Amino acid sequence: MGGADLRQETAATEAIAEAGLGGDFGGPLFLASPPVEIGWNDRFALYATGSGASGYDRILDAASRLTDTAIEETTLFASIADRLADRFGATGIPVTLSTACASGATAIQLGVEAIRRGETDRALAIGADGSATAEALIRFSLLSALSTQNANPAKASKPFSKDRDGFVMSEGAAALVLESLDSAVARGATVLGILKGCGEKADDFHRTRSKPDGSPAIAAVSAALADAGIGADRIDYVNAHGTSTPENDKMEHLSLSTVFGERMKTLPISSNKSMIGHTLSAAGAIEAAFSLMTMREGVIPPTINHDNPDPAIELDVVPNVKRSADVATVLSNSFGFGGQNACLVLAREAG
Amino acid sequence: MAAEDVVITGIGLVSCLGEGADTHWSALASGALSPVVDTATFPPYSFHPLPEIDWNTQIPKRSDQRQMELWQRLGTYTAGLALDDAGIKADKDLLSRTDMIIAAGGGERDEAVDEAILAASETRDDRDMLLNEKLTTDLRPTLFLAQLSNLLAGNISIVHNVTGSSRTFMGEEGAGVAALATALSRIASGQSKITLVGGAFQSAYRSMILGHALGRHLHAGPWKPLWQRGDSEGGGMVPGSGGAFLVLESRSHAEDRGARIYARLAKVLAERTHAGNPDRAGTLGRLLDAALPGSDETLVISGASGARQALEAERAVFAARPGLRPRGMATGVGHLQEAQFPFAVALAALALDKSQAYPPFEAAEPASTAAPAAALATMVGHVSGEGVALVEREA
Repeated sequence: MGGADLRQETAATEAIAEAGLGGDFGGPLFLASPPVEIGWNDRFALYATGSGASGYDRILDAASRLTDTAIEETTLFASIADRLADRFGATGIPVTLSTACASGATAIQLGVEAIRRGETDRALAIGADGSATAEALIRFSLLSALSTQNANPAKASKPFSKDRDGFVMSEGAAALVLESLDSAVARGATVLGILKGCGEKADDFHRTRSKPDGSPAIAAVSAALADAGIGADRIDYVNAHGTSTPENDKMEHLSLSTVFGERMKTLPISSNKSMIGHTLSAAGAIEAAFSLMTMREGVIPPTINHDNPDPAIELDVVPNVKRSADVATVLSNSFGFGGQNACLVLAREAG
Repeated sequence: MAAEDVVITGIGLVSCLGEGADTHWSALASGALSPVVDTATFPPYSFHPLPEIDWNTQIPKRSDQRQMELWQRLGTYTAGLALDDAGIKADKDLLSRTDMIIAAGGGERDEAVDEAILAASETRDDRDMLLNEKLTTDLRPTLFLAQLSNLLAGNISIVHNVTGSSRTFMGEEGAGVAALATALSRIASGQSKITLVGGAFQSAYRSMILGHALGRHLHAGPWKPLWQRGDSEGGGMVPGSGGAFLVLESRSHAEDRGARIYARLAKVLAERTHAGNPDRAGTLGRLLDAALPGSDETLVISGASGARQALEAERAVFAARPGLRPRGMATGVGHLQEAQFPFAVALAALALDKSQAYPPFEAAEPASTAAPAAALATMVGHVSGEGVALVEREA
């Protein structure tokens, strides 16, 4: 079991224990995770044992001689979710999904939808990413998505700052037990928060850049508010996608300013990625957990490394120091390559 | 609120047999099925190659074509066929409200770069440095986007303007089952009005079939029809190249816009046999009995991959239910992984639209005697995941 597998299993074990559920989970599993591939160590090892021709022909030759087919599992996209489903007793075919850096939010949305359809009382939504390998790092670097301010790595992730220059890749996982309010109340569970609304909208402008008018992100935020049945005035805090790339932070500011108007200048918004980096497929789930904690603890986490504000981004980013606040409703944003936009509205209490 | 009927209003298909629903119907209903097999490229394995495709007809911009590798081009192309077939290709307003669930694996690697690294590994031990050097300098910067699973959906958004929502399910054959099951329940419950669902797979790259080779699933030696592969050399799977996309919508939505309806997608049941329980036949049997109780003659489009354990499970289930008329689609088009189940459902819908069952795809399959009123599609994933769809004829 690799590091990422362990992280998501640990996260799910914690979440199920906190939910007070024993035995089989008895609901569907939605796992947000990155695509899988055979690793370079295995490629090198196969190449060394194959004979004859070169390159992939030799690897295919080595594969045909394997007596142990365990290595196949590392190439199967279903294998991690399958193992988690067995471990926790999830029902149906576990869904492994990707909406790139919005994946964690999409996993939650799929769970919410299944519960709303009445198919299940509960769903397990996990976001996990352990893809910080050399090749993944190089791939993002070639797209100019990563910060190169390496002199002081702890200062490299600086969302909404003038000198932001990319994100910092990181690994992590979060698991959420989603349950219908009726079911949770009936069994006397502690309700950690309410998933009030989900919204999504795809962007057809470009593979890595947003439509210049921000309309898809605006539509995703608006859809989440509409799904929650509340107006923008009810949001007390925005948990930003805030990757620290020049493009994302500019577009997120534009989109939110359109939805929230003048109020956006004073509405607290912060980026967890300033402190934990960009956990990619896991980010939406981790940030949903942060959002729930923000409401429960009455503490807004700061955007750290905010030493050099961007004058073009007029936001209260809760700079550098956490803030005590009464937060009843949060908007959590997730945006990803491939035109993915998913937003969640979370509330402290039902109603 | 009563559940909405969900109907199939658009079909896009590509395989070694050609492209389009009509082409596939003609080839598979002819009684003289002649699959196209490439046995020369990866001996001792064979695969079904793509037909000749004029990409420009569905992906007009060369710049878009260049941004994709073969798998994404194929999926984007096939999705375009389905949108055309549904008559919504030019309806930008409707496309902006159309949801999308794609079943996807990963995209192609740059095999030349990989092979240069492997060659260098024969003379160098500093492999971390080697990877850093070669990958940093030799990888095409935008190749990553052609590899990312969710970028098939991303390209469909860009090329065809489908932007209601965009979700990508991963996980081999089960992803195709879950994508259809989710699309069906979302529309039936009113969470969506219209959804594009499907996937694509191509076998022309060694890196794309490596996983199947590592699992010892690939059929070796001379090509044979699906049900004859049980005791042949190798694992019994002949990979295919193609794609399948369906446009699903609520009956009221389809009728309001005067859409042509192929068939009704009545049920999609998804299960997964626990890894500790080898009884995949038991799971499939339960799903079949739940989807369509009774012993009437019923057409079944089997998505069997050919992988041995899964194939034997399906064979046993069909043998125990003599009313079933299984047609192993892999005999005609090979195994299309994530796209296999959507493809099987599309073939079932075509037969219902024509009110005619397919003749046997090989001698081992029993002939049909009646026009089908309903048809089943089955999937037993080559490693995991079981699914059954029930498709019903329109009155």
